[in-house]
Amino acid sequence: MRTLRYREALREAMIEEMERDPLVFLMGEEVGHYQGAYKVTEGMLERFGEKRVIDTPIVEEGFAGIGIGAAMVGLRPIIEFMTWNFSAVAFDQILNNAAKVRQMSGGQFNCPIVFRGPNGSAKQVGSQHSHSMEHFYATIPGLKVVAPAFPADAKGLMKASIRDNNPVVFLESETLYSVKGEVPDDLDTVPIGVANVVRQGADITLIAYSRMTHVALEAAEIAAKEGISVEVVDLRSLRPLDEETMVRSVQKTHRCIVVHEGWPYGGVGAEIVDRLQRLAFGSLDAPILRVATFDVPMPYNAELEQMCIPGAARVIAAVRRLLGK
Amino acid sequence: MAEKAHPKKAPAHSALPSAPIAEYYRQMHLIRRLEEEAARAYAAGKIGGFLHLYIGQEAVGVGALAALKPEDYVVTTYRDHGIAIAKGMSSRKLMAELWGKATGCSGGLGGSMHMFDAENNMLGGYGIVGGHIPLAAGVAFACKYRGDKRVTLCFFGDGAVSIGGFHEALSLAALWKLPIVFICENNEFSMGTPLSRTLSVEDISIKADGYGMARDRFFATDVMLVKERIAEAVARARDESLPTLVEVRTYRFRGHSMSDPAKYRTPKELEEHKSRDPLTLARKKLIESGATEEDVAKIEAAVEAEVVDAIKFADESPSPDVNVLEPTTYDGPFAA
Ligand SMILES: Cc1ncc(C[n+]2csc(CCOP(=O)(O)OP(=O)(O)O)c2C)c(N)n1
Repeated sequence: MRTLRYREALREAMIEEMERDPLVFLMGEEVGHYQGAYKVTEGMLERFGEKRVIDTPIVEEGFAGIGIGAAMVGLRPIIEFMTWNFSAVAFDQILNNAAKVRQMSGGQFNCPIVFRGPNGSAKQVGSQHSHSMEHFYATIPGLKVVAPAFPADAKGLMKASIRDNNPVVFLESETLYSVKGEVPDDLDTVPIGVANVVRQGADITLIAYSRMTHVALEAAEIAAKEGISVEVVDLRSLRPLDEETMVRSVQKTHRCIVVHEGWPYGGVGAEIVDRLQRLAFGSLDAPILRVATFDVPMPYNAELEQMCIPGAARVIAAVRRLLGK
Repeated sequence: MAEKAHPKKAPAHSALPSAPIAEYYRQMHLIRRLEEEAARAYAAGKIGGFLHLYIGQEAVGVGALAALKPEDYVVTTYRDHGIAIAKGMSSRKLMAELWGKATGCSGGLGGSMHMFDAENNMLGGYGIVGGHIPLAAGVAFACKYRGDKRVTLCFFGDGAVSIGGFHEALSLAALWKLPIVFICENNEFSMGTPLSRTLSVEDISIKADGYGMARDRFFATDVMLVKERIAEAVARARDESLPTLVEVRTYRFRGHSMSDPAKYRTPKELEEHKSRDPLTLARKKLIESGATEEDVAKIEAAVEAEVVDAIKFADESPSPDVNVLEPTTYDGPFAA
């Protein structure tokens, strides 16, 4: 067992997969000479050379498309978006090409590609740079979407994503890159589509992913001091969704709150609520609540931004409300 | 230009030299000083998020905007502080926005990358590379539609020249003969990547040829030269309703943003560029135009007073209230 930072775990996964399979390559802005805008790819250019670690100009649509084309004919690209905000420029490629090519070719062509980069809010980077893009991507059949919260899952899911024959949207977080965690020495892949109960509890279930898992755990800790026993489900994958783990938890606690970044209108949180009310209706003692980002573009001002993004205080307030405390 | 937009202009201004270079030097020096103070405030935690400084590029914004009328429009990138000041926005509004205060140009909601000032026809700084270039063409489209003879200037970096938005905007502006000047501020780097690794050609201005658009290309060391050359493109837009692509060659003295230590260039390279600092040259030209050292000192003192005032104003201003979020999202009732 070693302690790694989230960014190191990602890097290790990419390096191991690139060493294992010469068809895997990495492409994106500042991934090589600059060592990565957030230093995730540090040292990879030196290790693999310019053929396999490729700096691109600022052309998201172009290099997303290049990755998709290369994937169709057998390469296994890892495409880094400096942040997922900029994937909006490449949205057409992901929506119309990556996600569709297999089905519209009647299953003749696969698109084994990983799109990765930091997602969600950072700190005071304003409305154009604070998007939670999972809500757009998770709605698209043909894509898989993962959003790990811990270094070990980051590593295992990255390896699984690179080996997957489908396009995978891999969502990291700038605020998680320096988070440390234990990573087993012999860790191989973590399967896509399997959630993890990261805290056992009896009174209420919090469902979260990515950075919000840490917020949920923080809230659970505070709640414990008030005598409330909180269970935390870390989804890890958003598409496919692990219905079984969510349902099992709710059958135990009878109450549930979904905690996620991004706007409350539609999206991953709404999807979870829909599935749980159908699959676990009889177990629920109360409506399922959601704690999400406020329904407005992200403001720059620090205090307003903190109000908009879900934090432990808002989660605790929702917990108390649901338990009538 | 834009005299009335400087409510906080130095009180001694009327006594200062009247040659245009005096005003350009004042603006350039003001931008430099505001940016230096912004860097300090960032280090002190008063400014958050991304902060992209204009230090070294002042002659571009000041020279280009000197060629405009107040009713003309400007659209730019996240590296927008200098452009906003040159367009006539007050130092107070700038600093308060950087501080995230309610008195900032965008009420503290936009921050460093999003300087908007309707009063001065400053249509904003934008954060997505290339995303604002079609928007700027749209502003020019509206001017042509209304026939109001206004010109739009659109600034962007050398890094934006590869992206689709740039090409689509140029294509349409040429096709529909829109009154716009596309100004590429070529500061040699897009973040940590030198131009040689992002473009297959060295001369950016030739991108105009494929669209049958007029073009120009020059170094922006001398603010007077920038004004003259941009004025030609502005005249083409105003008088003939034709677009121009201008590549202005410049250099940024700081990193891409505050988080960039700029290890990709040598100290020697930086020093060489600093020895051709457009601000130093503007000062020299001002003296050559007949101003005395005392005159220049007066300008600088007035700038200093304005900077100190702007910081104090930003420090003392209130934060925006959470209640502004919904009404600034929609005009009319919130559409939940
Ligand atoms: C579509 C998009 N991709 C990536 C980024 C991240 N990014 C911000 S600025 C920048 C470099 C831009 O360089 P350049 O256009 O030369 O302008 P400069 O910063 O030098 O003024 C990058 C890659 C972005 N903002 N938008």
